[in-house]
Amino acid sequence: MTRMTNHRITRNHQPYTSPADRSQEPPPVRLRRLSRYLLAGLAMAAVSSLAQAELGINFPEPAAGVAQEIYDIHMLTMQITTVLLVIVFAFVFYSLYFHRKSRGYVADQNFHKSWFGQWSWVIVPIMVLGVDLTIAGKADAVLKKVWEVPQDKDIMDIKVTGHQWWWEFDYLDSGIKVESRYVPKDEAGDLYLREVDHRLVLPTHTKIRFLHTSADVLHAFWVPELAVKKDAIPGYVTETWVDLDREGVFRGQCAELCGTWHSRMPIVVEAVSPQRFAMWTEEQQAMKLAAAAEASADKEWSLDELFHKGKELYESKCAACHQVTGMGLPPAFPALNGSKIATGPLADHLHIVLNGKQGTAMQAWNSLNDLEIAAIVTYERNAWDNKTGDVVQPADVKQAR
Amino acid sequence: MSTTTLTHDEAHHHDAPHGWRRWLFSTNHKDIGTLYLIFALTMLFLGGASAMLIRLELFQPGIQLLEPDLYNNLVTNHALIMIFGAVMPAAAGLANWMIPMMIGAPDMALPRMNNLSFWILPAAATMLLLSFIVPFFPGGGTQINTGWTLYPPLSTQVGMSMDFLIFAIHLLGISSVLASINIIVTLLNMRAPGMTLMKMPIFCWSWLVTAFLLILVVPVLAGGVTMLLFDRHFGTSFFDAAGGGDPVLFQHLFWFFGHPEVYILLLPSIGVLSHVIPTFSRKPLFGYHSMVGAMLAVATIGMVVWAHHQYTIGMSLGAVTYFMIGTIIISIPVGLMIFNFIATMWRGSMTFETPMLFAVAIVLMFTFGGLSGVMLAVVPADMQYQDSMFVVAHFHYVLLPGAVFGLFAGVFYWLPKWTGHMYDERLGKLFFWINVIGFNITFFPQHFLGLAGMPRRIVDYNVMFTEFNVVSSIGAMIFGLSHLLLLYIIIKTIRGGKKAGARSWEGAKGLEWELDSPPAFHTWTVAPQIK
Repeated sequence: MTRMTNHRITRNHQPYTSPADRSQEPPPVRLRRLSRYLLAGLAMAAVSSLAQAELGINFPEPAAGVAQEIYDIHMLTMQITTVLLVIVFAFVFYSLYFHRKSRGYVADQNFHKSWFGQWSWVIVPIMVLGVDLTIAGKADAVLKKVWEVPQDKDIMDIKVTGHQWWWEFDYLDSGIKVESRYVPKDEAGDLYLREVDHRLVLPTHTKIRFLHTSADVLHAFWVPELAVKKDAIPGYVTETWVDLDREGVFRGQCAELCGTWHSRMPIVVEAVSPQRFAMWTEEQQAMKLAAAAEASADKEWSLDELFHKGKELYESKCAACHQVTGMGLPPAFPALNGSKIATGPLADHLHIVLNGKQGTAMQAWNSLNDLEIAAIVTYERNAWDNKTGDVVQPADVKQAR
Repeated sequence: MSTTTLTHDEAHHHDAPHGWRRWLFSTNHKDIGTLYLIFALTMLFLGGASAMLIRLELFQPGIQLLEPDLYNNLVTNHALIMIFGAVMPAAAGLANWMIPMMIGAPDMALPRMNNLSFWILPAAATMLLLSFIVPFFPGGGTQINTGWTLYPPLSTQVGMSMDFLIFAIHLLGISSVLASINIIVTLLNMRAPGMTLMKMPIFCWSWLVTAFLLILVVPVLAGGVTMLLFDRHFGTSFFDAAGGGDPVLFQHLFWFFGHPEVYILLLPSIGVLSHVIPTFSRKPLFGYHSMVGAMLAVATIGMVVWAHHQYTIGMSLGAVTYFMIGTIIISIPVGLMIFNFIATMWRGSMTFETPMLFAVAIVLMFTFGGLSGVMLAVVPADMQYQDSMFVVAHFHYVLLPGAVFGLFAGVFYWLPKWTGHMYDERLGKLFFWINVIGFNITFFPQHFLGLAGMPRRIVDYNVMFTEFNVVSSIGAMIFGLSHLLLLYIIIKTIRGGKKAGARSWEGAKGLEWELDSPPAFHTWTVAPQIK
């Protein structure tokens, strides 16, 4: 019974798309568009297979209205600046070619005294100002649209919390929590560092507000298809909003240096239709209820049960720093194997897990339920060479809180 | 060298002392200038080595060479060594050498302070390097994995190496402020009779503006890192939200220094270009007055746009609009500078010796970097660019051409004056081409990486970013190694070569070219008359 529940929890944390759906998951837009070209003739095949190598040189195709606005202003400023660059290059290269001593060109010593020389300090700034105002004017219009979150009553709120080094997504309207961590290389393959264990599932055609904050250091939520980026700052709540307009899987990662494993904080957004999103929400809530029921049951857990549960939790939540081997990465991340905390008094061990340690990367884990903490602590006190034989029950954790 | 009297009488202590005393106790602006330049060259190689290690790690996806914290430590050190160790001291070296000779002064106004402001630097550099090395010793704590921006709360988690770094920044700041005071006093008081401010060479103007900027902003950085030190050790919580502090406050303090710092690095090189381009175009600088005005405008506006480095912290619509427009407006004075350079070349009689080659490359590539800066200033688009490799590409296109290549141009331009020998022109041109091509191969592909979604400061990346990273890393090896050729050229020129005349370049104008090459130990002991 326990094992089954255990198994179900694991499975239900998986991304929403079931295996059957996965085979039907629409190919990325780039591919879809390419397949159309493929029909045009075999000759194109070689070209498109090259393009399929994902040699991105510009923003990916936007997946939201705000992202489209941002894409357009990016293209506009890039075009304007390219024209300016061409003009500057043209003048310089003309001059380099014609106004050289080796061609016998004699310097015009009075060029700076001509009317142009006298008034260029006015003419040039006015011309540059004209370009500046064009850019600033367009940018200002876009900025007004994307910067401030619309004051709609039915806007969906997602709290995005950055942790060292994973993301926590709280669906504030339905009370669902998704913890999202990177997937190791052997499982993720080519998607390594762009793949997570639990995706951020979002509905299309819905206004979504992200509330960004952090539990420890600075992070930044960045998915290029969504375009809006904001820092996650402890003590602050910053906001962005999107209106997804197409389904798909969009990948990004943390953009603000957040310490050792900054490179291992991918974000995967799965945009689904509102109907599918509603189904997903129901499933998640049912799962949450089941987990809560399991944790609060007045059951004495055996060492073996807790150890296995704890191993799984440890390897997903703790091993990034303390390592699967329990050896840590000193001096930043101390070893747990043979450590004073993990083999000493139980109360100290529970205290540090529940409350974290000030001034270090060790955070407070009190958002985990009693059973989860009990399992992790039991595991840490019995794994590797720590054969203390201690069994920590959920009730002990409850008392320690 | 001029003839030196051989008497070692105490009364003649202003004659050049010999051996190590000549350098340690030096109050001579030329010797101190040389010391600054040698120091900067050493640091250029240290900072360059760390950059090459960074690019080696990024050559392929995966973690091959460097542990993540060591990688971040190198990223931090590369920036700090290049900015505080290489570019600023090199610019100060040029200032020490050239300013008294250009304005007809016998020396800097405060020679003993000049000695102090240099000799603080080796101590500061030692502290800086210790901050890198200390974590490798037992009990040395963790490495500095914050990047040069040192943002808390990450920087409060770092071990004692961060304290070494904070003290290093204090020392570097003291050195810069002392040097700036000296330069301002010299420029305002020691000009030859008849040289009004508006007749002063542009290089001197550029340093006058730079020195004021330094005095205004360096203390802000020093204050910011001191508050960080207090947060780390004395229980304050200036930047700790849990104690009522504000992590974003540090970012404001840092960039209030950090953005003007960009112009501190840039302006001396703009000053150098304002001499190199007229010399090799054989006609006067176009728009002397507008050049001075543009530098003052850049410095003034540059002081009040710092928050464009932090668009993503969640400022109000009004605040970001202000910072966006302010930043875009900077393109006016900078555009005017570029225009003046092109107009100086226009209808000139150009030749392309190494300093001029660098100058032309700067005009082209700095324009490119400036224009990508306009793109970055646009707030909505910056939500996408912020903290991506696009930013890395942008600021290297601004700072390498804008600052470093300007210094190279200056070194090649004045090397005959300093040493009395012409450098090997063929090798100089070879260095230019390898250097500039290597630079472009390194940094141009990084624009694409950033736009496609690669964040900066990551040790490992997804395979989708492989191709351009390979290209960039190969470019970086070419670019990095090319500096060995620079070192060889400089050493070769010091040791010998074709004799340089007083006016080493056909089109060179200014007081410094009326002195011998190399100049006597003390020059302009009798001030020249400027009509």
